[in-house]
Amino acid sequence: MNYNWDWGVLLQQPYWGWLWSGLGWTLLISLGSWVIALSVGISAGIARCMPNRAIQIVASVYIEVFRNIPPLVQLFLWYFVFPELLPDALGLWIKRDLPNPEYVTAIVGLGLFAGARVAEQIRAGIAAVGIHLLPAALATGLRPLQAFRLILLPLGLRAVFGPLTSEFLITVKMSSISLTIGMLELTAQSRHIENYTFHGLEAFAVATVVYLLLGLSVTGLMRVIDRRFGAAKYRRASS
Amino acid sequence: MIVLNDIHKSYGRTQVLRGCTAAVKLGEVVVVCGPSGSGKSTLIKCVNGLVPIDRGSITVDGVSVTDKHTDLPALRAQIGMVFQNFELYPHMTALQNVSLAQIHVLKRSRAEADARSEQLLARVGLSSKLSSRPDQLSGGQQQRVSIARALSMDPKAMLFDEPTSALDPEMVNEVLEVMQALALDGMTMMVVTHEMGFAQRVAERVLFMDGGEILEDSPKSQFFANPSTERARQFLTKVLSH
Repeated sequence: MNYNWDWGVLLQQPYWGWLWSGLGWTLLISLGSWVIALSVGISAGIARCMPNRAIQIVASVYIEVFRNIPPLVQLFLWYFVFPELLPDALGLWIKRDLPNPEYVTAIVGLGLFAGARVAEQIRAGIAAVGIHLLPAALATGLRPLQAFRLILLPLGLRAVFGPLTSEFLITVKMSSISLTIGMLELTAQSRHIENYTFHGLEAFAVATVVYLLLGLSVTGLMRVIDRRFGAAKYRRASS
Repeated sequence: MIVLNDIHKSYGRTQVLRGCTAAVKLGEVVVVCGPSGSGKSTLIKCVNGLVPIDRGSITVDGVSVTDKHTDLPALRAQIGMVFQNFELYPHMTALQNVSLAQIHVLKRSRAEADARSEQLLARVGLSSKLSSRPDQLSGGQQQRVSIARALSMDPKAMLFDEPTSALDPEMVNEVLEVMQALALDGMTMMVVTHEMGFAQRVAERVLFMDGGEILEDSPKSQFFANPSTERARQFLTKVLSH
């Protein structure tokens, strides 16, 4: 291969700064969209299990729509189409005055996509280990939402901790598609460096390693949480 | 105390209750028995509204269970219920299982609730198991925790849905003894069970169900000595013969 490797270029400014800034945005997008995914996903997952037909249907519609449209298309819809559908004043506000519209669109778009998948996992977890306890919990006078919050959700979350970890990892990697609406996150910055220096292989190699390290940190973090609060605690205690 | 009037209930096309009428008076112990699929469990789950009914009316202590405006959670808090499969919360200790609803429904402080839970667990003979989780307890112990959990709300009446059917034979008695002690204390109880010995010792009246109907509603002595329907007589010969 006739390629002139030069790793040193990455240490020069502004490229070194671009990589760091890209990493920062990747982290912010991942965390922001994961917070949205978890809160929306948990709510929709519980709603899917509620003993109320109307609530179940609303949650199902959300889940089926958002997990069946490609996330890239969803980002475009949110970014380019959604503001046009709103009343003029509001649409204009989003396009002109909303601070950092690319970031907000990215975390909302990615968060709602992941949220639909999280919701299905939460529903599966509750159905597998918790839902049979609902009559007992209601019989003590707990309201349905209390029963979910205090009993069924903690059990369901523990049961699906593994799949949720994978979902978080997917969300971190999915943050890279937000470059299509102009987020200068890690992948975008690597391309940026390639355009300026023609040393794209080095830049992408670094980005690859950083994604890998991020993923491993997420896995480690989730494992610590699982040990501390999750089912692992019980597996240990009862063995 | 508990009044059931002309209860009808279907699951899809299957009619499980066909016009059941019965009453349990204050302080009375009523045993509901009958073959599997006769509707006993469905009937008892209607009492606290866990199973919504199609037709008829139910009142508990004068409050209508079937009225849309009734605050069902508040009503359920006054009726203890014990299930066939215990249904304890597996991620909590025995003490936490008993304290949970006291804290979140009765709004007792944690300290108050735990003190009451300790008393109740002592009453069912489990003082030494406060911090055990359900999977560390035997079936009989789990069922006694679940009785303590139901009692923790200071209920006006207790419902038992086949409380000993999931237990190993040697653990049945420890649960029945707790129930018998409760009955002696004057608790109003409606008990679905196949334990005819318990019925003979403790019940005042026996309801016999088959095919979604209450075929017999008689004082215990009359039910065991001289049941009025042929179906009940057959049932008794089968369950009493072993």
